[in-house]
Amino acid sequence: MTRIALIFLGAFAAIAMSFTALTLLPRLQLSTVEPTPGTTDYTYSEQLGRDVYKQEGCMYCHSQQVRPEDFGSDVARGWGPRGSRPGDYVYDETHQLGTMRTGPDLHDIASRQPSRDWHLAHLYQPRSVSPGSVMPAYPYLFEVKKKSSVMASETTVPISPEYAPPGDSVVVATERALALYDYLMTLELEPMDREASN
Amino acid sequence: MPDDSSTPAPSAGTSQSDVKWRRVVDASTRWPVIAFVVSGTFWLVAGSLLALIASFKFQFPDWWTQQAWLTFGRVRPAHLNTMIYGWISMAGVGVSAWLWARLLKTKLRGRGLLLLSAALWNVGVLVGTIGILAGYSRAIEWVEMPYAAFAFIVPAMGLLVVSFVRTLWHRHARHLYISVWYLGAAILWGPLLVIAILLPIYSGVPEATANWWYAHNILGLWITPPGLAAAYYLIPKVIGRPVHSYHLSYLGFWTLALFYNWAGVHHLVGGPAPQWVATVSIVFSAMMIIPVIVVAVNHHLTVVGHFKKLKYSPTLRFVVFGAMSYTAVSLQGSLQSFRYWQEVTHFTHYTIAHSHLGVYAFATMIAFGAIYYIMPRVTNWEWGSKRLVSLHFWTTGLGIGAYVTALTIGGVIQGLQLLDPDVAFLTIVEDTKPWLVVRSVSGTLMTVGHLVFAYLLAKIVVQSGERPDGPTYFHPVPAGTFDHVGGDGARSVPSGPAEESAQ
Repeated sequence: MTRIALIFLGAFAAIAMSFTALTLLPRLQLSTVEPTPGTTDYTYSEQLGRDVYKQEGCMYCHSQQVRPEDFGSDVARGWGPRGSRPGDYVYDETHQLGTMRTGPDLHDIASRQPSRDWHLAHLYQPRSVSPGSVMPAYPYLFEVKKKSSVMASETTVPISPEYAPPGDSVVVATERALALYDYLMTLELEPMDREASN
Repeated sequence: MPDDSSTPAPSAGTSQSDVKWRRVVDASTRWPVIAFVVSGTFWLVAGSLLALIASFKFQFPDWWTQQAWLTFGRVRPAHLNTMIYGWISMAGVGVSAWLWARLLKTKLRGRGLLLLSAALWNVGVLVGTIGILAGYSRAIEWVEMPYAAFAFIVPAMGLLVVSFVRTLWHRHARHLYISVWYLGAAILWGPLLVIAILLPIYSGVPEATANWWYAHNILGLWITPPGLAAAYYLIPKVIGRPVHSYHLSYLGFWTLALFYNWAGVHHLVGGPAPQWVATVSIVFSAMMIIPVIVVAVNHHLTVVGHFKKLKYSPTLRFVVFGAMSYTAVSLQGSLQSFRYWQEVTHFTHYTIAHSHLGVYAFATMIAFGAIYYIMPRVTNWEWGSKRLVSLHFWTTGLGIGAYVTALTIGGVIQGLQLLDPDVAFLTIVEDTKPWLVVRSVSGTLMTVGHLVFAYLLAKIVVQSGERPDGPTYFHPVPAGTFDHVGGDGARSVPSGPAEESAQ
């Protein structure tokens, strides 16, 4: 065997081993994990909302992994009753665990902020409900229209006067904004016994 | 031509025949190198503009929010993918193609394949960048570009492999210099990594471990090797001494290959992945100290006693900056994989500082240095202005220095505040703002440097103006300083004492 063949073989073996250990073995180990209590598959609207979350890149500022009680202070901060578990993610085809907390962790957001009005206003203009926030505004998830042309089936979003549209126009949520809210409401961690672990 | 295994330093021969084969080999790499380096530089500028947009949005959050394609959550991954798959990958291929032919002492084979590869690669990155901005991001970190983009990039990588393997087959070098090991392994690892992560077999937490196996390895096994290969070649070549402890470099290579690729799941410490996976990654992250120390010994101890040469040589300045950054970012990486450290820094801007210390201060600065060395030899021309080269160095060097310092300090503060449940979240946000201002300023400086570099590159590729008289050094060079590089220069006849720079 020439030296160069040895280099290629060695390099291949190295990556095959790590792929097995870090990717295939966890798959195998977690293939039988059960969803945690309260974790259910996504409805159409929730999945649509999840797609909006992914497209708009919410993950780049928000994590979805509450750290366990003995590591970090996520639980003490009120971000969840417990650390996140693999069973919380079984229906997530594209994980959105995230790596940055420019904004708060969202894995249990439905518990601490269930208000639809708050979320829609926050998405339309974050600074209207969170002064000093650096989160982008998402006006394109909403429509601004005259109050008189709002239909009964549509959802008007109350906005504080400083950021509300002028005159008799109001902010109306589009289907995507409502779907995103529905998705955010799936992010809820129910308490569990400490013994139940992966 | 020496190169028996007892004196493995790149040949410093300056006889006429040495010059001749080098000229032939360099000429064979010309168009592929130009294609990849110019393409990479285009993406460097594009990616820098995306970076500035993303960064300035922290100072002006309501800026350009009407259009979906400019929202931070799309611009940020567009920036990352453009820089990784556009800039550093393509520049890395350009530099590698030149090194490969030189070190194997044979003409580059498959030049047409490489040109096709560059074209496909560009299309792929264009489709990918537009795709992300248009809302088709796959939302998996480090590989957000839609499948359509990779439909171009994976074949482009395949063509690259064919070209390199054919060149290898026709090699004239009996000894495979250590840089060849790094480059050879990289062209195996790169395509395998990309194909592995694109397989539609992942979901949930296992997807996360696969994600970070990939993201960490694309850094360590695809981006890092060309940087190390270039440093291993250029530092001894320009300084004029063999690598300090050449046989140690084999240990460095094998420990990188065996340890680096297990480290990826240190990105999930404290997360829902099984504890054993995170622990394994932490252990191997710590073991990375071994290859890093080997490389540090070889690079730094070769330079020691010769720092004065950095005053003159652009190549040396950029490459040594990069080599020192490699040591720093890797030792930092080993330490920050430990749970105690991570508990503070995970999820903060500290991590962004670290990643830029790696991809920019290490890989990008070495790429700049290598390009400064290579382009005169493939264009048979010289860099047009020592002042502009100097401007490029100082804007990017100071820029990345300020960037890393600011986000490291800001990130640690952010992390410590996150650990204190009594600190309100919006207070933490407020306290990061000054450091993010420094980021925008330093990013602007770096972008200026990139524009200067792009201008210089355009000028040397089109051979504009009058042919400069000698190599572009920062200051007039004392006689004899770079004689040993004489047989390697852009001019056809090696001179005696190095000429005074005419600039």
